[in-house]
Amino acid sequence: MNRAFAGVLLSLAFCASAAAQDVKKEIERYREMVSEGSPAELFELEGETLWKKAQGPQQVSLEKCDLGLGPGILKGAYAALPRYFKDADRVMDLETRLLHCMMTLQGRSREEATRRVFGNADRPSEMESLSAYVAAQSRGMKMVPGESHPKERAAYELGRALYFRRAGSWDFACTSCHGEEGKRIRLQELPMLIKPENARSVVASWPAYRISTSGFITMQWRMNNCYQQMRMPEPAFGSDATVALIHFITVTGKGEVYRGPGNKR
Amino acid sequence: MKLLSLLLLFPLFPVLAQPTPKDVEQVMQRDFHARGQAGMDRVVQDGLQRVCTEAHDQPPAELAKRLEADQMKTIAFPQGSLIGDWKSGERIAQNGRGMQWTDAPGAANGGSCYNCHQLSPKEISFGTIGPSLAGFGAKRGSGPDAQRYVYGKIYNAKAYNACSQMPRLGYSGTLTAQQIKDLVALLLDPGSPVNQ
Repeated sequence: MNRAFAGVLLSLAFCASAAAQDVKKEIERYREMVSEGSPAELFELEGETLWKKAQGPQQVSLEKCDLGLGPGILKGAYAALPRYFKDADRVMDLETRLLHCMMTLQGRSREEATRRVFGNADRPSEMESLSAYVAAQSRGMKMVPGESHPKERAAYELGRALYFRRAGSWDFACTSCHGEEGKRIRLQELPMLIKPENARSVVASWPAYRISTSGFITMQWRMNNCYQQMRMPEPAFGSDATVALIHFITVTGKGEVYRGPGNKR
Repeated sequence: MKLLSLLLLFPLFPVLAQPTPKDVEQVMQRDFHARGQAGMDRVVQDGLQRVCTEAHDQPPAELAKRLEADQMKTIAFPQGSLIGDWKSGERIAQNGRGMQWTDAPGAANGGSCYNCHQLSPKEISFGTIGPSLAGFGAKRGSGPDAQRYVYGKIYNAKAYNACSQMPRLGYSGTLTAQQIKDLVALLLDPGSPVNQ
């Protein structure tokens, strides 16, 4: 994939001196290639290495981590998240569960394991690569988050309440930007996530590689960055509040076949 | 009898699972932490935020009127002309920084206007959450009433529409009186690109 990607970039550069018509054609070709292959694949590969790497005081890998379908079962695990986990007695999304495994299996402290959960273009985070690796193994499977356990229903209701809750210096709720259809911030289109038709494509495509920042973005990052822009204090990584919002959005947009991790603008 | 018990029981389940506003605030008090200039006081709702949350931004007309009257009392209108410098106003309208945990507390804040509104037709990257304001002054004139309306609306948008999505930019301490005057100029000054 990355060879093809580099090839297209090279031919794009070459075409800079060619006729405008050719450049346009090359851009179309580039778009097509980008939709086929994504740098997300590099994160998946790195994630596989990290999944199998012995780490922490226990010096064990995450290969026995139970993401809901049994220890070490990755196929379809992401498509069934968030869900209730009996061993933790709470609802967890992918990243929260990965953190749980780092703490319980590898013996790492929450502080150490969450010190750098969101990376950047130069240095992606462990959590981002692991998310890419696990999510990729639900490709082609229907998104069916847990909805039967009372704590799953409670998480949905809490997420819904948070979605509408206005607070902070600028009086923002999620609905301030994601409350009406067809709205934009600058040129960025905003999905109205309380509507299944709009939530489905979001749920089916996150996490993803973001071209504009050359980094891999996850749902926990999305919650964190939205609250930053809402002028609110910071939600803790993997907290009930963030999991509840992710669960609410996932349940609203359930049922579509997972096609990520791919590219976003 | 069967129907009655169904009617009684069925709606109870979703209702029971719904957290009260107090529950939600407690979750936020526990799950959020202060960072940079964004202190935990921001988690606590004021009366207006509480009403708008509970009414999903559509409070009954009577209540909305009362809230708007209360918010109107918060606006401090400066004496004299409210028209500042539109060039400075354009920079403030373009600037989307301010009040975030990543923003330096002492630095001048932006108004984030283009995030939601079209203003100068020269700027093609504008949002659509708020109405287009292109040609605003050309349509409404730049007299004292228009100046007062625009100044007040930017200072505290909730005085005109209780559950507006627009921040209370003066009331919240985001913009200074001079910055708001500069934005008034951006909207009303006949020389401003907004009115070209």
